Amino acid sequence: MLNSLYEFFKPHLLPLLFAAVIVAVLPLLAGYVVLLERKVMADMQARLGPMRVGPHGLLQPIADALKLLLKEDIIPENADKWIFWLAPLLSVTAAMLAMAAIPFGPFFQIANLNVGLLFILGVGSMGIFGIVLGGWASNSHYSLLGALRSSAQLVSYETAAGMAVVSGVLLGGTLNTRGLVEAQARGHVWFVFLAPVGFFLYLVASIAETNRAPFDMPEAESELVAGYMTEYSGFRWALYFLAEYTNMIVVASIATTLFLGGWLRPFSSWHKADFLDYVPMLLMLLVAGYSLYRAPKQPISVQKMFMVAVAGLCLLLAVILGLPQFAPAGSMFVAMKPGVHGAFWFLLKVGTYLYLFLWLRFTFPRYRFDQLMKLGWHLLIPVSIVNVFSLGIALYLHRSAAEGGYGWGMWSSIAVTTVFTLLIAAWLLRKSEQPPATPAVDSF
Amino acid sequence: MPNEPEDKQPPTNTPGDRPAEAGTPSGDASAKPPAAAPAAAAPPVATGPKPAAPAGAAAPAKPAAPSSAPPAPPKEAPPKPEPLDNDLVKRYKARFGDGIREAWQDRKQAILVVEGARLREIAKYLCDIEKFNLLSDLTAVDWPRREKRFDVVLNLYSFEKNERLRLKVFVGDGESVPSVSPVWPTANWLEREAYDMFGIVFEGHPNLKRILLPDEWQGFPLRKDYDILTQDTAWIRENLGIESGQ
Amino acid sequence: MADIYSPDSSNDLSNVETTVLGADEIIINMGPQHPSTHGVLRVKLKLDGEKIVDSECIIGYLHRGVEKIAEHRTYQQFAPYVDRMDYVAAVSNGLGYCETVEKLMAVEAPPRARVIRTILTELQRIASHLVWLGTHALDIGALTPIFYCFREREEILKIFEKYCGARLTTHAFRIGGLQYEAYDELEKDTERFCKDFKHKVDEYETLLTDNRIWLGRTKGIGVISGEDAIAMGATGPVVRASGVQWDIRKAAPYAAYDQYEFDIPTGKNGDTFDRYMVRMEEMRQSARICLQAIENIPTGPIMARIGKVLKPPPGEVYHAIEAPKGELGYYIVSDGTTQPYRVRIRPPSFVNLQAFDKMVRGHLVADVVAIIGTLDIVLGEVDR
Repeated sequence: MLNSLYEFFKPHLLPLLFAAVIVAVLPLLAGYVVLLERKVMADMQARLGPMRVGPHGLLQPIADALKLLLKEDIIPENADKWIFWLAPLLSVTAAMLAMAAIPFGPFFQIANLNVGLLFILGVGSMGIFGIVLGGWASNSHYSLLGALRSSAQLVSYETAAGMAVVSGVLLGGTLNTRGLVEAQARGHVWFVFLAPVGFFLYLVASIAETNRAPFDMPEAESELVAGYMTEYSGFRWALYFLAEYTNMIVVASIATTLFLGGWLRPFSSWHKADFLDYVPMLLMLLVAGYSLYRAPKQPISVQKMFMVAVAGLCLLLAVILGLPQFAPAGSMFVAMKPGVHGAFWFLLKVGTYLYLFLWLRFTFPRYRFDQLMKLGWHLLIPVSIVNVFSLGIALYLHRSAAEGGYGWGMWSSIAVTTVFTLLIAAWLLRKSEQPPATPAVDSF
Repeated sequence: MPNEPEDKQPPTNTPGDRPAEAGTPSGDASAKPPAAAPAAAAPPVATGPKPAAPAGAAAPAKPAAPSSAPPAPPKEAPPKPEPLDNDLVKRYKARFGDGIREAWQDRKQAILVVEGARLREIAKYLCDIEKFNLLSDLTAVDWPRREKRFDVVLNLYSFEKNERLRLKVFVGDGESVPSVSPVWPTANWLEREAYDMFGIVFEGHPNLKRILLPDEWQGFPLRKDYDILTQDTAWIRENLGIESGQ
Repeated sequence: MADIYSPDSSNDLSNVETTVLGADEIIINMGPQHPSTHGVLRVKLKLDGEKIVDSECIIGYLHRGVEKIAEHRTYQQFAPYVDRMDYVAAVSNGLGYCETVEKLMAVEAPPRARVIRTILTELQRIASHLVWLGTHALDIGALTPIFYCFREREEILKIFEKYCGARLTTHAFRIGGLQYEAYDELEKDTERFCKDFKHKVDEYETLLTDNRIWLGRTKGIGVISGEDAIAMGATGPVVRASGVQWDIRKAAPYAAYDQYEFDIPTGKNGDTFDRYMVRMEEMRQSARICLQAIENIPTGPIMARIGKVLKPPPGEVYHAIEAPKGELGYYIVSDGTTQPYRVRIRPPSFVNLQAFDKMVRGHLVADVVAIIGTLDIVLGEVDR
């Protein structure tokens, strides 16, 4: 009996382990993305950011999480209690579920679905229910407005994002996330170079979809206080936050998988660039060295020890990342190489993509809601449709070339279609600027 | 502290009398409105230089005033309202006759006292014809000992002439003044504030209710008989749940 | 004029009507505790969807009865109180008050005092505009400029601190002149700041001026024509952005402004963007005035000869200065005693705020914050 149960679960053991790891690590990761965000923001704003909790504020996320756990959980009197209670869970569940189909490396993936990309997009969009229901259940004007904005925004930008994803899928010829990366490996080129317009559209649409600035209408603090989160406090609020950051990681992962070559090293098929394999180890060593250098300068002994611990962790990672390089051929460590290095490159790309998010957030003012809608419907969606069609035509003309590299014919037709798409975009842009006479307000 | 208002009141009379005394001379009419003396030639600056002029202007008129003032008025001759002839004021007089009660200038600033009932008519004329198109301020001053207790003071400015002019209306307690908000929309809030602080009713104001104080507040704080420590204790107890604001 | 002022704009928001689509209009309360009402302003908005149908400003949450307090203090005692009205431009408030009392007493501050006053007041104008720029940009969603603005403002506050020991509510001037002689490096500090500052303003502009989103959020928002602005009593940058070239520093020079060259920037469209541009240019002009002023600070006494007890002769005076936010007027009635009989303060924020309703109608909720920001109100001054 027990044996048959084991037999039944055996193929699922590894995915279950991965799932447990992701659920356990993700909140921490999200916390550190917040810290990263605050540090990047501080850097751009000529200040230091969190410096108090732990050396350089490294323990800040943990302190924040503890604080949020301990805070009073207020449910407004006239709120719809059950829905109010349920909504954040819905959001966070949907966001986490989407992680299931993302390949963090050639081996590290919970479920290798053949429609992985569809699954991610579909499940990811479910999160909006949490926002709408939460906003509605709060029984507050600000929350309601935030929720409505959020749903309208998601509907508008999901279309553009979907179209942008289609351009990647066209190039890869599959919906399987792992298959997409492998297609990029086969073609010796990341899809971002074949479909730059698609990538850019996805970048913009994904920012809007995750409600980040400059598209953070639903929670625009200067207008709607905190939008749909206004009435939330304590850990329920933290769940929304977790959902938001998880969503950011999800869209960054999609972009990485689809356009940035997933776990592939830059120039992965060019053997002269193999020295890049040492980069992960060196990077980790660098961080470890810096941590050790800073350790004696920390004010109290606990912080010194923490800094040393950070250095130790980095050293450990460096060893893990470096061993495959130095181990004799055929050993277990060499077999590990694609896994650990793949995860490293994947996370590095996700991090870069997230940095782009943050960068935009701190430099741009916020769109107004009608402008946001106009941008979505009048510009992004038409351009993304044109992009898909022109890319499709280009691929049709050179479909034979797609196997094993792209020839000059392919490149030139891609270039032509890209230019064509850009021209359409420029035309649309100019058109949208021309009639400012009628008050923009009337569109609502 | 509470006594202070009492102490202060007497002096009120001093300026209070002024209108009367200025009134007589004003018959022959009056001051160049924009203060600055050199009105004629260069574009005079209303808020002209402080120094010499007032001193000269000062002496004459003053003496009359203090007579009735119980508490000691100033010793040296102060700059005093100085009725003046001036074609502008003559023009106003010709047009409105008794509507312009008096005109004098104080520290080179022109002051017209006008008939309350005709305020709006005069205001309209000043705004449209004389181009005093900015009502920079509207406020009131309380002289509790005077028969007509309040001065409603309008400070006007003309962009074209770069001149300022002050209109005054004397209003008794319980009387109302025509609102000038149809002429200068900005008077809307300013009149509400005057109502809020002094209880002066502006007739024809579209929305005359308190602006700074809570709507249900009792009493008008800037009146001289409203002590600085006075509160609407009932309101405070009811709305803030404390015994006193102090 | 009738169109500006319609009696039925009686601001009665209680009757909720049904809109064309059959949806109820909703009433939203912005403030008094809201991230972008700059203090304790409360705005009641009647919305049709997100479009504003009607609005009403409810003020007075910060009312302290400054004018009543004035009647119970001597002239000198009251001077610190005015700093607490527009607390981001305390020096300007103090200048207005001191000059008004001087005018009432027919004395004049000595030339040296007037020049130093001018320098500090112009620095204060820059500081005030920096606070405005930072918060305004923050309201519109640009998170970063506020830190750059406050970095420069800090330099100004340091100069104040060196001069009089206080940073925010400075009470820098005294009736009749200055209490403190300028510290040794005032010129040097000011010069260094003003020379750097030109580049700093350019830096802010690179962040905002040509940004498409910024343009979209400010152009055509909260438009008010010059005539309307005058009718609503708006002054300062608000009226200048509507094309009225009027600045009290030029129209009726006070302090030492008649000695310096500077331009009055004006706008054309009277929208939020023009007000932004006007204020940006004003900051440059203020730096220019400071640079001229430090070149030649006259020597001599810093106080006029006035007694320790001030008893201005009976009478009244109205004196206005160009505060960073507009015409700041003081109307003081003296009865010949040591305490003013009546002090009326004409606060620019209060009067400018009145134009809010006119500017905001028909716009979206998001524009409300842009318009509140562009009016540059300080609630301490609105409520006094």
